[in-house]
Amino acid sequence: MNLKQLPWWGAAFAVFALFPLVETNSFWTTIAIYSLIYMACATSWNMFSGYSGYVSLGTAIFYGCGAYTMALVSLHTNMPGGAEQFLLVPLGGLVAMVVAVPLGAVALRVRRHTFVVITIAFFFVFQLAAINANFTGGPAGLSLALIPWQGNQFNTPFYYVALAILVFAIVLSALVRRSRFGLQLLAIRDDEDRALGLGVKVKAVKLTGYVMSAFVVGMTGALYAMFLGQIYPQFAFDPVFDVTVALMAFLGGFGTLLGPLVGGLLLETSQQYLTSYYSNGSLYLILFGALFLIVVLFMPQGIVVKVKEMWMKRGLKDGENVSAASPLTVAGSAKS
Amino acid sequence: MTALLEAKDITRSFGGLKALAGCSLNVERGSITGLIGPNGSGKTTLFNVMTGYVKAESGTVSFEGRDITNARPNAVFALGIGRTFQLTRIFSRISVVENMLVATQRDESWLRGLTRSKSSKSELDAAMEWLDFVGLSRLAHLQAGSLSYGQRKLLELAYVLVANPDVILLDEPAGGVNLTLINEIGDKIRTLNSQGKTFLIVEHNMEFVMNLCDSVTVMHQGKNLVSGKPEEVRSNPLVLDAYLGGGETEDESLEELHNG
Repeated sequence: MNLKQLPWWGAAFAVFALFPLVETNSFWTTIAIYSLIYMACATSWNMFSGYSGYVSLGTAIFYGCGAYTMALVSLHTNMPGGAEQFLLVPLGGLVAMVVAVPLGAVALRVRRHTFVVITIAFFFVFQLAAINANFTGGPAGLSLALIPWQGNQFNTPFYYVALAILVFAIVLSALVRRSRFGLQLLAIRDDEDRALGLGVKVKAVKLTGYVMSAFVVGMTGALYAMFLGQIYPQFAFDPVFDVTVALMAFLGGFGTLLGPLVGGLLLETSQQYLTSYYSNGSLYLILFGALFLIVVLFMPQGIVVKVKEMWMKRGLKDGENVSAASPLTVAGSAKS
Repeated sequence: MTALLEAKDITRSFGGLKALAGCSLNVERGSITGLIGPNGSGKTTLFNVMTGYVKAESGTVSFEGRDITNARPNAVFALGIGRTFQLTRIFSRISVVENMLVATQRDESWLRGLTRSKSSKSELDAAMEWLDFVGLSRLAHLQAGSLSYGQRKLLELAYVLVANPDVILLDEPAGGVNLTLINEIGDKIRTLNSQGKTFLIVEHNMEFVMNLCDSVTVMHQGKNLVSGKPEEVRSNPLVLDAYLGGGETEDESLEELHNG
């Protein structure tokens, strides 16, 4: 993100901020809340996996930890259902970060492909634990205190909290990209051993990135539990969530700031829409699978980079003045 | 002169292969030391041991009298030992100047990296200055992956230099590079050496080594065979033997050794 793009980001923010004032139908605002949640998760996932190249398929661990933090703490403290519960959202993020420390310390000992496998294994450990442990309520899950908000007014507070989390995720991701730390993550993505030989403390940098990315996901998990009012192991620790978040980032543009937002918005709205209109709940899974193949085969860099390239090419055809440094190869093209 | 960087009796095997079998090497402060030897004699492995990429099974590496055996590569770099790789390694998906910035701080805590921007004014100036030195400054904002092979070699040299190391280990700086660029790289090394930088160079191009180096060590089968001034080494029968493999076949590098 650079200053020239700031007006665009501001305009996009205004659209999102005004949305629930214009659209009050709770069917649409519910879809919007889930979209914001997934956009935030994809952005946060991308902040570690996209920048460092370490693809994690265990993101749902943090989502589930956040969700159970919300459920367990609010139940044990007899918290009444309502705005007070929003205070537990950051706590969900913090718990996810604490969980991420030992997981990252173990999983990041190995390189890329093995890392993917280990994160999947960890994920199933957590899912099984949530199903079988007593304090999680087992397969029956947990029900939270009822929130006494009526009709259309129910969704609005959730919408704005989700939007706040998303803005936080975007700002964090942009700041990381501008920081020395972010540069080190990118260097690790390109050549980890070379980075190590140039003084980058790769272990500490990778672990920091992994733990940081857990925070936003944990917060959204907590918000999700509160929004739903109940929590089951198979929804809190959902393997489809793992894959979806990664797919969103890949579809939009792996390692770019805008990519996970575009991917998250497209995929989550279409998923919610398809699930609602075609009662066959798994249709979207088949479509997602097909989409994943198309992305990998035809635009491995994602929509954002692809569109940018096409835009640049169009510019070239129009005979615009293109400097010796072709914009196609300018490093900035993969940034925003 | 005292040895700035010293390897002593290093051994290292890979499976059944003894890549290093008690190899020793001295790099004097302010020198340009060449390290030559037939393919597979253990030159790159020795480099890897000295820079922490490969662990030694026995023996010691010391820098300024301090034991750095088996230190991690980032710690070795932090002390002031920079290196390049035989197969050039750059960060291909970030820009040329960002490549430089990765290396600007030799020993900065990782926490500091979280709170600061990726470059300060002085770091950016230093990065551009060294890019200018190797002639890449006009390409600073290109993605590094779009550089040619020779430009990558120069970039790798530049980002090792930007951290201001005391000694620089170059693994085949002239490998696969055209003649003009070889001469250019040689000139850069001489310039830097006159400013006080110490070099250790692995190279197969004999002319390059013999013209550039103050001292040459020849390795053979994981051991140091002969060390001395280039002209002494060139005429040493042991060296000819090592390159000839017993004096039966003609070898291109031997010819180079004679002519260079």
